[in-house]
Amino acid sequence: MAEIVSAPAHAAARPVGLLRAASAILWKDVAAEWRSREIVSGMAVFGLLVLLLFHFTLELEVQRQPSLTAGAVWVALAFAGTLGLSRSLAREIDRGSLDGLLLAPADRSAIFFGKMGANLLFVWLAAAILLPVTSVLYNVPLLQPAVIGIVALGTLGYVSIGTLLSAMAAQARTRELLLPILLFPIIVPLLVAGAKATEAVLAGLAWAGLAPWVNIMLAFDGIFLSAAWMVFEYVVEE
Amino acid sequence: MDSASKPLKTLTLASLLLLAVATGLVLFYAPREAVMGEVQRVFYFHVAAGWVGMLSFLVAAVAGGMYLARPRARLDEVAVSSVEIGVIFTLINIVSGSIWARPAWNTWWTWDPRLVTASVMELIYFAYLMLRSGIDDPERRARLGAVYTIVGFLSVPLTFFSIRFFRTLHPVVIGSSNPAAVGGFDMTPRMLQVFLFSLLTFSLLYISLLWHRVRLERLTRKVEEAKGQRMAGGAA
Amino acid sequence: MIEAHGLVKTYAGRLALRGVDVRAAAGEIVAIAGPNGAGKTTLLRILASLARPSAGSVRIAGMELPGQGPAVRRRIGFLSHSPLVYPDLSGEENLSFYGRLYGIPNMRERVVLGLRAAGLEDVGRDPVRSYSRGMQQRLGLTRALLHAPSVLLLDEPYANLDTEGRESLDRTLRIFAEEGGCVLMTSHDLDRLEGVADRVEGMALGRMERPARIGLKVRHG
Repeated sequence: MAEIVSAPAHAAARPVGLLRAASAILWKDVAAEWRSREIVSGMAVFGLLVLLLFHFTLELEVQRQPSLTAGAVWVALAFAGTLGLSRSLAREIDRGSLDGLLLAPADRSAIFFGKMGANLLFVWLAAAILLPVTSVLYNVPLLQPAVIGIVALGTLGYVSIGTLLSAMAAQARTRELLLPILLFPIIVPLLVAGAKATEAVLAGLAWAGLAPWVNIMLAFDGIFLSAAWMVFEYVVEE
Repeated sequence: MDSASKPLKTLTLASLLLLAVATGLVLFYAPREAVMGEVQRVFYFHVAAGWVGMLSFLVAAVAGGMYLARPRARLDEVAVSSVEIGVIFTLINIVSGSIWARPAWNTWWTWDPRLVTASVMELIYFAYLMLRSGIDDPERRARLGAVYTIVGFLSVPLTFFSIRFFRTLHPVVIGSSNPAAVGGFDMTPRMLQVFLFSLLTFSLLYISLLWHRVRLERLTRKVEEAKGQRMAGGAA
Repeated sequence: MIEAHGLVKTYAGRLALRGVDVRAAAGEIVAIAGPNGAGKTTLLRILASLARPSAGSVRIAGMELPGQGPAVRRRIGFLSHSPLVYPDLSGEENLSFYGRLYGIPNMRERVVLGLRAAGLEDVGRDPVRSYSRGMQQRLGLTRALLHAPSVLLLDEPYANLDTEGRESLDRTLRIFAEEGGCVLMTSHDLDRLEGVADRVEGMALGRMERPARIGLKVRHG
């Protein structure tokens, strides 16, 4: 042990920048997920199951009903997303490794952006599996730039508020139960707008039919990304 | 400390008295609406209850924000008390709206923006109460609760606008009137008087309920602290 | 290097700290002994800026908490019951992660040095979940020292160590203090603390006490 003490690091004792600390946390989560692959595969499989259940319970004949497919995809994404979100911070809190992140010589919002970045990446990976499979199974052209853009925009807001709320739910006794209950009423506007925008694209509507929904998503993303960023510190610090 | 203070007693009496007067006004003073008939009388308390619901969630969000800036137990007491009152009044708002909707729209329930927003809002604050009941440490409960009152309140206008893009049939009574809306009506001066009186009454009722509820919360906390101290004393 | 005054903390509705003053100078090893529930962990967590005091002030290396939190945290090494390492990652990856988090420029060098110091060179690429508790604790200590802090806060550092590990920790702490570092640690194992600490303080029911008053027999110091 003595060697590491008597050989000082060359680092100046300066705080670390937000981006640098956040990307270190993102890298750590990606490396751990690369090992276990449990979050992404769990979300993708669950999402596919939800789509399958929709098919059988609603007799989803999608060529005739683009609104149903769009809605089903968004609900599948939202349900699957909570699995990954509830894992991500509960894991840190259970092991006490959240302390390791809180000790980082950076602003606490670095933890938020690091964890959120990792969550967003995992949700996008799950969506990258879900969308093509849905396109094939239901014979709808989901793999077009407009739909991908809408999904990216919607998941950004979803993951912003979801990361904050999962950090709260993980500290309560009823955590797995609590996250969807805290999260879903708040993301109602996002889900409505996401589903409607996707439906508009599938129905071949022009930009004017899409714009109000995209605007709602932009507003949601802006409001909740900044709100979560500002209050995250209060959620993780005792 | 044991009995309620004099201003609180006065306020309680005043708001109960006003409530009785308001009920009388709604039933006997306000004119019968020509198209909808007697059921329109629900409108006065329906809107007043909705107003108190919104007001109490706003008060909770403001108290939450102040708590994060400077943690004081009193602010958390105000927030939770206000949310509980808001949940009750929003429920009154939804149920009375439903009673009115049955004859006016020929259905108990419809996916109208205001209805949906009110119900989603109700669910947000149910979630808030569940969050609180899942946390034992009072300080953490207050802190996380404060965060949720703020985040929850931020989503309310977005929910409203997102659902508004679906065609609305809710009457817009105050301000511009939408000719397509079913069940709209023009308020006569008498109706307006009763309406404003109901708003005033319910606001006063809210303040006195909040006061009582905060006082109760405070007494509960004192009892718990006293118990904790006795247990700590016993252990030492 | 550590100066805390009048620290009060309410936790779970009761007072965990009831006005605590602590000081520790550069080159000093200070130990806090006391029964479970005395508030030792709460005190260390406040000093490490993991918790905010309800009242009182903290200065570390001349900087105020919580105002200068990031700068203070850059100077602190912290080790608790949990080694704060990730079981899915290897020892090397864990240290690399903390190296990045602290913005250490000569990170690769430090990580190699750290693994050697912890005696984990051979298993550096294995996932940490395959390590014994003692190995994890050694990795945790290396993590706490990786960024060359000037203040070490240790919560029950001897708990998961075998005899050899304990002696190695003692040596490490002495060298750390000789180099001008400041150590504040807690334990209920008084004998252990006395071997290495310059000064032993007592703590009970959220207050600092003279060790003798709370039934701790101190031989010297």
